[in-house]
Parts: sequence; structure tokens; C-alpha cells
Amino acid sequence: MTTTAPATTAPRAAAPGGVRRPRRRTAGTLLTALTWILAIGFFFPVAWMAMTAFKQESQASSNPPTFFFEPTLDQFRAVVGESGTYVANSLIATGVSTLLVLLLGIPAAYALSIRPVEKVGDVLFFFISTKMLPVVAVIVPIYVIAGQLKVLDNIWTLVVLYTAMNLPIAVWMMRSFLQEVPAEVLEAASVDGASLLRTMRSVLLPMVAPGIAATALICVIFAWNEFFFALNLTASQAATVPIFIVSTMTSEGLFLARLCATALLASLPVIIAGWIAQKQLVRGLSMGAIK
Amino acid sequence: MTTLTTQAASARRAQELRAARDGRTLSRAERWRRRGPLLPALLFTIVVTQIPFLVTIWYSLHSRNLLRPDSDLFVGFANYGDIVSDSTFRGAAVNSVVITLGCVLVAMVLGIVLALLLDRPFRGRGVARTLLITPFLIMPVASSVLWSMAMLNPTYGLFNWTLGLVGIDPVDWTSTYPIVAILMALVWQWTPFMMLLVLAGLQAQPKDVLEAASVDGAGPWRTFTWITMPHLRRYVELGVLLGIIYVVNTFDQIYLMTAGGPGTASANLPFYIYQRAFLGFDVGQAAAMGVVVVIATIFVAMAALRLIFRSFDVKERS
Repeated sequence: MTTTAPATTAPRAAAPGGVRRPRRRTAGTLLTALTWILAIGFFFPVAWMAMTAFKQESQASSNPPTFFFEPTLDQFRAVVGESGTYVANSLIATGVSTLLVLLLGIPAAYALSIRPVEKVGDVLFFFISTKMLPVVAVIVPIYVIAGQLKVLDNIWTLVVLYTAMNLPIAVWMMRSFLQEVPAEVLEAASVDGASLLRTMRSVLLPMVAPGIAATALICVIFAWNEFFFALNLTASQAATVPIFIVSTMTSEGLFLARLCATALLASLPVIIAGWIAQKQLVRGLSMGAIK
Repeated sequence: MTTLTTQAASARRAQELRAARDGRTLSRAERWRRRGPLLPALLFTIVVTQIPFLVTIWYSLHSRNLLRPDSDLFVGFANYGDIVSDSTFRGAAVNSVVITLGCVLVAMVLGIVLALLLDRPFRGRGVARTLLITPFLIMPVASSVLWSMAMLNPTYGLFNWTLGLVGIDPVDWTSTYPIVAILMALVWQWTPFMMLLVLAGLQAQPKDVLEAASVDGAGPWRTFTWITMPHLRRYVELGVLLGIIYVVNTFDQIYLMTAGGPGTASANLPFYIYQRAFLGFDVGQAAAMGVVVVIATIFVAMAALRLIFRSFDVKERS
């Protein structure tokens, strides 16, 4: 069977192949060239931002643009010197909220997959529906309530809000990973008399570790980049990195090179994380729907 | 004898576990034991997301000013009446639709083209894909300033300089065509998202079906229209709906690139509500607008949820 199948198809493919193949190869080369042109085109603004970050201000805003110049680290030095508090705030808001999301989200996902509560569908529906609520519809009460609780311009307010913002995504993602754990594995562990905690630690956790990493990555990206809450709820004490970029922008005089250096440094953690974890990115962005 | 009993015991245990997974025939205590791990997350989400929303509805029925907190007055649906007659609100609603649909549709078309190109084997494909996803990873605030300053600035922007090479005079994009400028930045950011979803769809195509099609003598075009396109449909729908949900909330680009201007020409609903609340201090109006936006979002959200649920097969599995 396996030998006859290629035998019957081979002549059909070979006969026109003599004419078609070179033409198809040219078409292939053209398509590959087109792909590269588009890829470089899409990447170019990022490259330009990176180039500008290494320029002096006069070179950055010249017309015609400066393509060849002697790179300088002046802008980066200035940015690193000024951005300390903002970076610390962003690290707290991102790190603590991601940790909280995992602590709350993993048990919840467990209760929605492995040992499910009743009405799993309804609970999942509720979680995801909170993601569809426009943030702008709740910002006013959050601002007023935070003012009354005296937690405006407090980094822990952002921690709480970022946790709530990412928790639904984490529940959905972790659930989709936990559901991939075959029932037989858990049954075997339970039959062998392993306790629940032991089953979780030594069987479940290693199997879903990549899932936890993917979930954490998505939460980190969203929390690190968040601007709307930070803009409205912080001032001088709790301002995060996106706010630092905006504050660079409003300062007087020539600032494009400085701005590009700031924007590049601010984006770099997420760019690198996203490059490394491209596959998990797809799954996280579709909330686990696409494997 | 001993082996028999242990076998029977393990069989029974496995059966219990399976029954437990089905979630039927549970004792009251067991049901609460199962709810335990869920409750912290559920309560937290209810408190942080639902209470503010209820307060929003409350505010929307009151006349309230942020500068005079004691100026609280019940006004019924007057705020909603004002919205209906507010032409700026209508303009912002139209802008929201134009920006959201424009961005999602253009990004989807570009995303499909790029995904098809990336689905072919060629040397350096991984590098090309990495370059292409990068715009999505740039912090939105950073990409807004990158576009409004480095690319679109009328005197030193690279985009205008490039246009100048083919003899087009520099254009002050953010003030002459503010929506186009915003769309450039948004499409640039969201195309990789669409591309990634469609590419995942292309790569999830069952290889044996494609082989069978080629064995049956189907050319690449027929294979694409009869097999690939129907298969991709679900991924495209998912991308469009997720895109709408994310893009409709766009704030960063508008705040930084045009500030809703000139005038209110490029303000979308999130930006306009922000203006009314934090620059106009009119809490009642802003809250009523927020409620209207939520009601409008529910329709899109329902469609999105149905689709996501179908992709997950939630009903079948749980």
C-alpha cells in the first residue's frame, strides 16, 4: 500500500514539473523577498527608535534625517539616572500583582477543571465578562473610592487593580492548561494513595509549569504596559514607567533622542520576554483558546 | 486474594474520581470543599470589578462634581438625556466605531497576508517572524510617542521625509488627519496580533487533509479556497472579536498623539469620558456615558463570548 501510493502520484507530479518547477521557484524567491521587505518594514520604526536613542539631540531632530553618526550613550545615562523611582514602582506593581494573580488564579482554575464545582460554565462566563467591561466605565468610582480610602498615589492601589485586571485571563489560561492533564495520571496518583497536596506538588505542578510561565508572561506584559490607571490614580509617589515616558515628553527643548532612549528602555523587558516566549504569547492572547 | 481486593479497591477509587470529575452526586461538604479554592479569586473579582460598576450606575443618576463632593443631587435620567443631545458624544461614538473597525479590519487583512507568507518554509523564517511580532511588544505609550514624534512629525518625522523623496509635501498628520495618524499607530501595533492568531490557525491545519487534497489533484488555489479558508474562519472570527474588545478601549494613542484634537475631532469614547471626568470634573455625566458604553459593549461581548466558549468546548467538557 505504502509503495503503490507514491508510484501512482509520482508521474503526475513529474510530467508538468519539468516546465513548472523553475517558474515556481522564481515565484517562491519573490514571495520570500516580499516577506523580508514587509518584515523589515514593520520592524523599521523600532530600529529607528533604537538608532535615535544613540544620537545627540541635534542629530535626532535633523531634516533630512541623520543615518550615519557616532553613537553616544549620553541619553541612556540621563534616563537611568532619573528613572529610579518609576522603575521601582513598575517592578512592584508588575511583580506583586503577577504573584497575586497566580496565587488566586491557580486554585480557582483547579476548582474549574480537575475537581470542578457546579456550574463551571457560569463561573468562567463571569470571569471573562469582567474583561469586557470598559475600564473607563469604572475609573470615576475607583478614583473617588481611592480618594476616600486615602490610597490615591499609592502603588498598592495599582497592585490591587492590576491583579483584578489580569486575574480573569489567568483563570482561563490556567484552566486550559490544567485540562490537558490526562485524567489517568491523577487517577493513578490517587490510586497509589498519594495525598491531595502531594499529588498537586509532585504530579500536577511539574506538568503545568510551562502553563504557569506562560500565564505569568501575559500578566507581566499587561501590567508593565498599563497606562490608564497609572495616569489617573498616581501623582509623584506611585508613578510608573509609562508615566515617566510622558513626563519626559512635556519637558522643554529638544528631547527626541532622550524620549527614544526612554521608550526603548521601557519596552525592552517586554520585547525580550515576548521574543523568547512567542508560542505562549499566542495562547495567552487568545486566553487559552488557541493552543 | 490480596491482589484481588486491592484491584477492586483501586477500581472503585478510580470510579469515584471519575464521578467526582463529572461533578454529580456530591455531598454538601464535598461541594463546599470544591468551592474553597475558587472563592478567594471569585470574591476578589466581584469586589474590585462589580462594586465600582454599581457605583457608576448610582453616580449616573446624580449630578455630582469632583470639585464639590457635597454637591450630590438625584437627577434621575437627566444625565442620559443630556448624552442624547450631546453632539460631541455622538462624534466620539462615531470615532470609536471608525477607529475600532478600521484598525481591526486593516490589521486582519495585513495579518492574513503576513501569516500566509510566513507559513511557507524559507531560510530565516524565525527571524522574520520575530521582527514582525515586535510592534505588538512595544509599550503602547512608547509606540504612541514614536509615531507622533519620530515618524509623523511635520518637520523632522521620518515618514514625511520618505514621502518627500517621491515629491509629496510634508503633512502635519496628527492635526490634519488625526484619525489616520492614530490608525497608523494602531494598525502597526495590532497587525502582529492578528498575524499570530491566523498563523496558529494555518499551522493547526491537519496535514493529512492537505496531502489528500494534493493527491486528489487540487492545485494550491483550490486547496486554499476549499480547505484553508473554511478552516481559518474560526481563527479570523476570534481575532476580530478579541481585537474589537481590546481596541475599543484605546486610550494611550489618542491621549498622546492628538489629545482628542484638534478640538474633539479625534476623541473616542474612552478619551471623551476621561475628559469629562478628570478635566470637566462632571462625574454624573461621565458615569452615564460609561453605562452607555457598557451597554453597547455587551452586544459585541456576547458574540465574542459565544465564540470563545465554542473554541473551548466548555459545555462538552464540564
